[in-house]
Amino acid sequence: MPADPIIRVENLSAGYDGAVIMRNVNFTVNRGEVFVILGASGGGKSTLLKHMIGLYQPLTGRVFIDGDDIVSAEGEARYAILKKIGVMYQSGALFGSMTLLENVRLALEEYTALDDDAMDLLARTKLRLVGLDAFAGHMPAELSGGMQKRAAIARAMALDPMILFLDEPSAGLDPITSATLDELILRLADSLHITFVIVTHELASIYTVADRVIMLDRRKQGVIAEGDPKVLRDTSDDPWVRQFFRREAAVEPA
Amino acid sequence: MTALDSAVAAPAIATLAVANATDGSRELRLAGRLDAYSIAGVWWQARAEVQRMRDRRIVIDATAVDYCDGGGVAMLVDLLRQERPPTAPVVVRGLKREFQTLLDQFDPASLRAPAGAPPERLRSVEEIGRAALIVERDIVTQIAFIGETSSAIWYAIRNPHRVRWKDVWYTCEQVGVNALPIVALISFLLGLIIAFQSAVPMRQYGAELFVADLVGLSILRELGPLMTAILLAGRSGAAFAAEIGTMKVNEELNALTTMGLDPVRFLVVTRILAALLTVPLLTLFADVIGIFGGAVTMVSFNIPILAYLREIDTLVDVKDLWAGLAKAPAFAILIAGIGCLRGLQTQSGASAVGISATRAVVSGIILLVVVDGIYAFIYYLLDI
Repeated sequence: MPADPIIRVENLSAGYDGAVIMRNVNFTVNRGEVFVILGASGGGKSTLLKHMIGLYQPLTGRVFIDGDDIVSAEGEARYAILKKIGVMYQSGALFGSMTLLENVRLALEEYTALDDDAMDLLARTKLRLVGLDAFAGHMPAELSGGMQKRAAIARAMALDPMILFLDEPSAGLDPITSATLDELILRLADSLHITFVIVTHELASIYTVADRVIMLDRRKQGVIAEGDPKVLRDTSDDPWVRQFFRREAAVEPA
Repeated sequence: MTALDSAVAAPAIATLAVANATDGSRELRLAGRLDAYSIAGVWWQARAEVQRMRDRRIVIDATAVDYCDGGGVAMLVDLLRQERPPTAPVVVRGLKREFQTLLDQFDPASLRAPAGAPPERLRSVEEIGRAALIVERDIVTQIAFIGETSSAIWYAIRNPHRVRWKDVWYTCEQVGVNALPIVALISFLLGLIIAFQSAVPMRQYGAELFVADLVGLSILRELGPLMTAILLAGRSGAAFAAEIGTMKVNEELNALTTMGLDPVRFLVVTRILAALLTVPLLTLFADVIGIFGGAVTMVSFNIPILAYLREIDTLVDVKDLWAGLAKAPAFAILIAGIGCLRGLQTQSGASAVGISATRAVVSGIILLVVVDGIYAFIYYLLDI
């Protein structure tokens, strides 16, 4: 399959309050692949993600989503890009004052001219996809952490985006729930051809879901490895990368 | 013997004996149990000894130590890290192997420097300058927020179908209906007290009846709107800041932004509209209850309620009522706006929401007083 980039990150430098976290980061994500951003805690993974979805303004560089630069886009152009993406935040970030169904319906209410019944049905199908249609009338606080994350995926998919960004989908979940989420990701990627960009440090789920990974390192302020995770584990020259994949402790003080 | 038995059996004390060794070095003999509970006494003794014997080699003999945990290791590291001439080092001898491995994890020299340089203290002039800059930035933010909010409200007025009316009505209930009891209580007491405090001296001149004018004018023009607004700043301003602040901490605001939904339109406009709809009504309610409170006092001073009302009717004009009610929309925008702004400015962390709620109330009340002053000036110029 020829490479068909859907996201292109060019010369991205980022930081806060004068401190630079990453310098000149370049990579592409291909259409339909499950792309994982790896790195140690504090390595800038979530920061990179938030630059890719336009929440943070980079110091320099551009991020092209399906050909359009999200960094410089404003107004209608920006909304057009945002409609192509869905985001699941680390905490789920469901709206606490709305039921699951209302959470999923919200984007439909705002962007479509569907009638009430149609929106309800559409929202229910999204909840069915993540196995939560029985909980449509529940408030987020009544659900477990894993269910909240699945509901957040359903909400992110409300408008059938081309790309889903997941920030630490398995953080704080038990292995079984986390495996269920992995299965869900693979199923959605296969059936709906959604491109996934996932930030995580769960090795087990990386081997299961990832087509390609990049690894960030704070000390080198950027990407230190890119490719198939199993290949990286076996062949990388970088001692830190090998350590990460083999779950070894740091040799040098971090 | 289980671990618990041995812990009970061993005397939970550490001892220190000091002696001069034959080779001229000073020997500190530690014995017993070195844990966080037992070492306090020996620690400062040992440290004092190490600091006193600055020129002599010091040997810490730990042969008789039968237990040493993280606490004991910390004490040994402390003794080893003292700055000393190379001819007079501190050495530890005879520590049991399992304890020695604990100690070997630390490099005493690296623990010498205090962890992280203490933040440099600024000169007071610089502190004042920085504080002034923060105030200036805050004012600029508030002005920018007023602009952003006005454009969002203008958009809402031109596109009423785009407003989330369900949220507006819900907020109206929170801000308006649920505030009725407290507004009633405060304005009733206000009317009662003003009437009573002024009736007592005015009675000496037989002028009790004019209390009606005083109560009527001050409640309608000034106190009704202002007290309602201050109550609302404490009730709803703080609530708005806390609600929006919690949403920010939970990343819900980020979720709105990436869904392409403007948080200002979504959260701020609904709240400001709700306040705009309810605050004038609440003010009118406060006016009525306040005048009624005054009436209760008057009746107790043997002035018939009808005489009280007729007196108000003759001296207090309808334009006084309007002068007070005209302030209500401005106060509403102010309270709701500043509450939402402080909520949107919430930083991360558990205390951030509390700080935002506090700032919402404080800035709200300050701005209320300022705006009320501006109104008074305008009314004076217009001779209202």
